[in-house]
Amino acid sequence: METLMTILVGFLVMIAVYLLLSRNLIRVILGTAVLSHAAHLLLMTMGGLKKGSAPLLGENAESYTDALPQALILTAIVISFAVTAFLLVLAYRTYKKTGTDNLQELRGFEDE
Amino acid sequence: MTISLSIFIPFLAAIFVPFLYKRIHSRKIGWFILLVPLVLFAALASFIPSIAKGETYTHTFRWIESAGIHFTTYLDGLSLIFSLLITGVGSLVILYSIYYLSERESLGRFYVYLLLFMGAMLGVVFSDNLMVVYVFWELTSISSFLLIAFWYHRKKSRYGAQKSMLITVSGGIAMLAGFIMLHTMTGTYSVREIVAAIGQYTDEPLFFFAMLLILLGAFTKSAQFPFHIWLPDAMEAPTPVSAYLHSATMVKAGIYLVARFTPIFGGEMTWFYIVSSVGIFTLFWGSFNAVKQTDLKALLAYSTISQLGLVMSLFGLGSAALNEGHSANSIIYAQATFAALFHLINHSTFKGALFMVVGILDHELGTRDVRRLGGLMAFMPITFSIALIGSFSMAGLPPFNGFLSKEMFFESLVNVRNLDLFEVGAMGTIFLVVAWLASVFTFVYSMIIVFQTFFGEFQPERIEKPSREAPFGMLVAPSILAIFVVGIFFFPNSIGNYLLRPAMAAVYPTLAGAEGLTPQIVAWHGITSPALLMTIGVIILGAVLYKFYRYWRGIYTIAPLNWNLDAAFNANLILLEKASHFFTRLYMKGYLKDYIVYIFSFFIVVVGGAILYTGSYTFDFSNDAPVTANEYLIVLAMAVAGLSMLFAKSRMSAIILNGVLGYSIAFFFVVFRAPDLALTQAVVETVTTALFLLCFYFLPDWKKERSPIGTKVLNGLIAFAAGTIVTVLALTVQGNKMFESISVYFEDSYQLAGGKNIVNTILGDFRAFDTMLEVVVLFIAGIGVFTLIKLKTRKEGQDFEDQ
Repeated sequence: METLMTILVGFLVMIAVYLLLSRNLIRVILGTAVLSHAAHLLLMTMGGLKKGSAPLLGENAESYTDALPQALILTAIVISFAVTAFLLVLAYRTYKKTGTDNLQELRGFEDE
Repeated sequence: MTISLSIFIPFLAAIFVPFLYKRIHSRKIGWFILLVPLVLFAALASFIPSIAKGETYTHTFRWIESAGIHFTTYLDGLSLIFSLLITGVGSLVILYSIYYLSERESLGRFYVYLLLFMGAMLGVVFSDNLMVVYVFWELTSISSFLLIAFWYHRKKSRYGAQKSMLITVSGGIAMLAGFIMLHTMTGTYSVREIVAAIGQYTDEPLFFFAMLLILLGAFTKSAQFPFHIWLPDAMEAPTPVSAYLHSATMVKAGIYLVARFTPIFGGEMTWFYIVSSVGIFTLFWGSFNAVKQTDLKALLAYSTISQLGLVMSLFGLGSAALNEGHSANSIIYAQATFAALFHLINHSTFKGALFMVVGILDHELGTRDVRRLGGLMAFMPITFSIALIGSFSMAGLPPFNGFLSKEMFFESLVNVRNLDLFEVGAMGTIFLVVAWLASVFTFVYSMIIVFQTFFGEFQPERIEKPSREAPFGMLVAPSILAIFVVGIFFFPNSIGNYLLRPAMAAVYPTLAGAEGLTPQIVAWHGITSPALLMTIGVIILGAVLYKFYRYWRGIYTIAPLNWNLDAAFNANLILLEKASHFFTRLYMKGYLKDYIVYIFSFFIVVVGGAILYTGSYTFDFSNDAPVTANEYLIVLAMAVAGLSMLFAKSRMSAIILNGVLGYSIAFFFVVFRAPDLALTQAVVETVTTALFLLCFYFLPDWKKERSPIGTKVLNGLIAFAAGTIVTVLALTVQGNKMFESISVYFEDSYQLAGGKNIVNTILGDFRAFDTMLEVVVLFIAGIGVFTLIKLKTRKEGQDFEDQ
């Protein structure tokens, strides 16, 4: 399972990087979203998979899944949501201001 | 303790100046500032008797233990002389500036800079730890920069400030490297400990380079040839600043450094030759160039360079006394150092007075060009007297203090010819001749200051303002200095016994008790003394040269005497700017894509390279959990969804595919026993998709990417490599467990935090700060989103942004 998930993570990273390298603003933002998906899965995988029951003490299980990566991912999900939201509004403003969503055309002045 | 405080008092005062300036918005604020150096001067002067008895004071704040950096202050004879100069001349300069600067200037800023400088300079001379010395050293450069550029609206001020900053700071960095080398050898940053330990390290290869680098710092700061070019341009600063920083104190920091390091490097042949010959040549070059200046302040700048060279060369000559195997007669060479310290004090008195005189001329007449001045004696009798005293002292005439130290300088040079060390031979004679010639030029320019300004024909039509004597307040400070110039001549030995003797003990710790280390200063050495004959020669030849100046003026146009180092400096600066601009433009293209390419290429090369190079890619699949059929299906679905995203024709399908990824991950969270995550992921994914859709309403539909096939292939390669490396890295990490997991700790969450949901207790208790900061991030993002949207409504409403 771990190996399979790791390969999936690598695959998602590949897609994310390719999207990041494109010219369209929305594709770049999608790239960051996919990259954070990959990161969450990677964190999860690193903690070991299906090694015990859910980390709730009431369950009275013999062993629990590693809870630390879950806590980290919870934080990361919320933050990546905030970043995505901000980037989207930024893209919207950029388009309003410059009339383009093509990054090749969005370039600073010569002597900046 | 008092000493440590005295460093901080100016800094503290500087903090309060802006508040005070709000209350007292006039030149009266200067009187409050004046209290700072006056109090410090009195406090430091109270140490004179005990220091004269041979005591020293140290005080240490333990600071950075692991790096051996402590805030240690050390008061001995040498630092006492410098600190008295800093606070004494500082008081006079502030007194003078009260009358010099007009109320329209931003006085608050001026005094803040001045106090910053004073604190930094006291820090340089009192600190025992080299790292602390370095920090204060650079702080003096920075405050000097700020003061030179005080009239920042003038182009020349900015140029002078930049030049001085570049030269002194690059010297400072060289010095830092030298300090670190000393630390590498001796294992300590404390000057006193290095002095005690250096004997066994003189043969180390680093010893020589440490010496060179530290000298580079000293020479740039003290404006020694060929680094002297910043000093004349620094004269763009207000005159009180020139009198204070660029003649009496800051430029002497390099001299202080040389004096402080004489016990460490002194006695070495390279040290002797470098310090002496650079000093002597600077002495000559400065005085030779001073003669041709027409701006009185530029003349004084070159004269300062020349006098600094004199003091520097004396320290070089005096270092010979420390050579081992030569102790019997070595006392006589130590007298050069004595002369250096003595001249240091004298120079501060007469040069400070002269700068203030030039400031008065500039202030009252609106010009300081010698060609436009003349016949001012009748109008400005007091200014004239001060100028006369200062110039004649500088020229080395009795009855002024310059005569005494100049005679001692000549004597030291005569003595060096008998030195049987370092294969001196003909070099001694060359030193003597060059120094004597330099003194002749010194005499000539001193006469120019007096006679061309105050005698001769009065030219009212070439002067902008009516000539009259300066206000009383402006004359007080230079008069006090002039009194010192005369007073020291008549009572030189009180200075010698109370200030110079302990300072000599600091420079020559090994010879401290020796008989005759500090000679009695006498004015009359007998008619046959070589020094007296040399002085008489200087006067005769100098008078002749002054009289017939217009006939030999032509030599200033002959190469190599007309070589201009400034031009070389400027050309270099422009070249550097162009080159750095060119190289920066090569990679800073301004396209987001390029930067992302840099980031990922770096990642691929460094991480991938490290994995390949160390060969650590070992995989271990034995611990893998089993995979069920639906999990295979979901993985397949995610892979297909991800891949189709790349080829999505419309943005709508792309965002739906992203949603597929997100919900699949939520499913995996369920499988992996993470119920909280699954819930959060599902909610967030829903909101994100909604946000994307909302945004699409405003954005244009995306067009097909029309990039060349080569670019696409390159992008694909980078993406593929990045993905592969992540996989390999992650598998490697899973295959090698190097540490025990710390997660077991959190399983006691009920005992430790009173919660049964472990994830919740981690977020809400164990790592609560993390969660708090996460909320802050959300808050910031929220503000960002709000502002960006809010600005838009205004724009539509009143066209706000285009105004």
